[in-house]
Amino acid sequence: MNNIKPNEKLDVREILKDIEHYHPQKRGWVWRDISPQKIGQFRYEQVSPSLKRFVPLPSSRSLGNIDPQPDCVVTTEIASGRFEDDIRRMRMAAYHGADHVMVIRTAGQSHFDGLLEGTPQGIGGIPVTRKQLRAQRKALDIIEEEVGRPINYHSYVSGVAGPEIAVLFTEEGVNGAHQDPQYNVLYRNINAIRSFVDAAESKHIMAYANMAQIDGAHNANATARDAWKVMPELLVQHAINSVFSERSGIKKENIALSTVPPAASPTPDIKLNLPYAVALREFFSDYKMRAQMNTKYMDSSTREATVTHVLNLLISRLTSADIQSTITPDEGRNVPWHIYNIEALDTAKQALVGMDDLLSMVGLKDEGYLVEKKREIQERAVLMLEEIIEMGGYFEAVEAGMFVDSGEYPGRNGDGIKRDINGGVGANTVVKRDKRYMAPVTAHFGYNNVEQYGKQYVEEPSKLIDGCTFEHPDMITFIDELDETDNVYLRLDSTEKYRSGGLLKPEVEWLGDGTVTVDLFFPTDIRTAEAAAIQTGKKMNLENVEIIHKEVLHPSEGTRIQLKGVIDFDIKIDDLKLPEVVKSHSEDDVINYVKKHPIKVVAGTAGNDEHSVGIREVLDIKHGGVEKYGIAYEYLGTSVPIEKFVDAAIETKSQVIMMSTIISHDEVHYKSMLKLHNYAVEKGVRDQLILIAGGTQVTPEIARKNKMDQGFGRGTKGIHIASFVIDQHKEMMDKK
Amino acid sequence: MIERKDDFQERREHLKNMKDTELKAYFFELANKMMDPLVDLAYQNTSKSIERSVLLRMGFSSIEAKGIVDALSEEELLPYGAGHAVYILAKKHHISLKEAGVLLQEKDGIDFVKEFFNHE
Repeated sequence: MNNIKPNEKLDVREILKDIEHYHPQKRGWVWRDISPQKIGQFRYEQVSPSLKRFVPLPSSRSLGNIDPQPDCVVTTEIASGRFEDDIRRMRMAAYHGADHVMVIRTAGQSHFDGLLEGTPQGIGGIPVTRKQLRAQRKALDIIEEEVGRPINYHSYVSGVAGPEIAVLFTEEGVNGAHQDPQYNVLYRNINAIRSFVDAAESKHIMAYANMAQIDGAHNANATARDAWKVMPELLVQHAINSVFSERSGIKKENIALSTVPPAASPTPDIKLNLPYAVALREFFSDYKMRAQMNTKYMDSSTREATVTHVLNLLISRLTSADIQSTITPDEGRNVPWHIYNIEALDTAKQALVGMDDLLSMVGLKDEGYLVEKKREIQERAVLMLEEIIEMGGYFEAVEAGMFVDSGEYPGRNGDGIKRDINGGVGANTVVKRDKRYMAPVTAHFGYNNVEQYGKQYVEEPSKLIDGCTFEHPDMITFIDELDETDNVYLRLDSTEKYRSGGLLKPEVEWLGDGTVTVDLFFPTDIRTAEAAAIQTGKKMNLENVEIIHKEVLHPSEGTRIQLKGVIDFDIKIDDLKLPEVVKSHSEDDVINYVKKHPIKVVAGTAGNDEHSVGIREVLDIKHGGVEKYGIAYEYLGTSVPIEKFVDAAIETKSQVIMMSTIISHDEVHYKSMLKLHNYAVEKGVRDQLILIAGGTQVTPEIARKNKMDQGFGRGTKGIHIASFVIDQHKEMMDKK
Repeated sequence: MIERKDDFQERREHLKNMKDTELKAYFFELANKMMDPLVDLAYQNTSKSIERSVLLRMGFSSIEAKGIVDALSEEELLPYGAGHAVYILAKKHHISLKEAGVLLQEKDGIDFVKEFFNHE
């Protein structure tokens, strides 16, 4: 399966085969190579090498299908609850430019004292287990080969089993992880002492595996009441984790600060966020920046979220980002769907590439508001550190509720998160090491008396046992499924008909989930519109109808509603009639051909038919019609008698007739085609003319059956017609 | 913390004449000072999760690691290290680490480890 082709699906059963023997191909984080270069007609500075396989942005169709890749690593977060379905989304994401795939853990895993095994289904994320990690890493090893760029795989080293997870990640080739004991303490109510003791071990292991570490400071602005007031504290939280990480052994260049622009428009977004971004990058210039997008002020509008995220990307370009994370624009309303992972990735790619080399043209002012505000945030952070030390230290500050207070430090509102130093999950579970304490393994932090068994083991304690799993992956004990009622094989069986049974069903996250969305407008107030929307969904035979977004256009004139529902029918693939593939040449090829061989067209709408929009779209240069490629045309107008097409072609020495025929009652469009052919024969010019019919009811098959050279239906572009014309023209020239 | 007004202007007096580079250096000096006791704490202590992570690296499954660490913890033997206990038991009986791990979940194995650490 290693050389998978774009037209082949990844086979999850094949990936799971022999999974007990699979070991990752490498360890450690990979940054992109920054390589200024010319791509297509354009020169780019902040870009990395292009992909072998990709899906470019939609408008690149008119720009030679270029797909410039930004300089920073780009993240997507994927975790629907079923890891096997997430694998497909990972492959789609890689084609759209993701090289950092982050897996969110299922609700409750951080309170589980130990490792989970098997492949149970998750809620709001997936249970991270050895088998799940190995299967996804194996899939990503195939995918990275396919797209031609390493993919960093990432999850979370937090909770009460951090060190075990860190070992698991090292063994299974996970390249990056969130690790920040403050996250445990503040947001998971896990005992602070236990969290820091465990964190040092976890970080030391991550350092050994050369993983990139991302901290958890961004959670403070997602939690605080007024996110922009928490800026000084954010600098303090970043410092706590960064310094602790470094002292646990992680190199600065592998420590990434998770930073989110705290505010969002309609606040003066850039005015609040830019001084903070500058303050942070100035203080932490030795570390990496993981720029995350704002989630705090997301509602159910995907449009609004996208604009906020583009402003966040502007901050990234005005300052810096080593990793650009993406937030799906639907995160404000559900666990992300396939399409929104891709939208978020495309948003990042489009904006970052669009703002390429911005700072060579504009600069940040070094006096006035920006630097004054930046300095103020920094001083406030320093004052906070001073007070924490004065209070007796970190634990005392946490007990007093110093963190995530909604006041801007040194202002306090008295609503910070308070944690008892002897409380929380895992309280009083830390044990002091005896002077004989020993652990015969690699990458162990802290006191370790290996010397008692010989000085030669001090540098490499695992030599005592002839090496551990980090040196010998064969030593790893693989556990397969533990739950006969909840595992990947049962889920695969239940959806097998959509894999090999020739059936299709629309989906948003899981194979065959059947979820669809309907976008509606009602000319009424919001409450009536909601009720009407639910009723509409039910009448459309949707099940589980739920409103996912509503927006007032006017209090009484209109409301927009988006709803989701589930359909309960399948589509048989064999019953589908696929329209013929319309071939097209590249724009350059067509233009060059027409330059050498001038081609002229007469065109119009046939018979008693006044429609003209369609034909103008395939004729005019403005709409990308054939004129764009150098083909000259004579427009005869609407309701053109059939004879006139041929007479005009003879008179103007045209080689092509493009006849539009929209009205189809009484099969008048077939009749017009035959009549056109017969009249051309009668005039003795049929073999010198290319006859083309087009219209919404026209298909290539119908047109050819009625003696046309070709027919074009809905969705036709000028390039399709121009490509056909030059092919046909070549053939005619060859015959001559 | 009790509610208080933003008294930034008064508090910043001693900072306002520092250069940017000095302020940054002072920030990290304070941060390191704050983290000293926590690094120390981590250096001197261990936890069940840390000990299970050691056993994973020695080739045990997550289920075995949990069983061994729980058994040792019950007898207050974690201060010596779970991997240490497995190591000395394996050496004593000339058996594999895996076999020693199984023994540790039984009374005989534990008794030997207890004796070893208490009488040495």
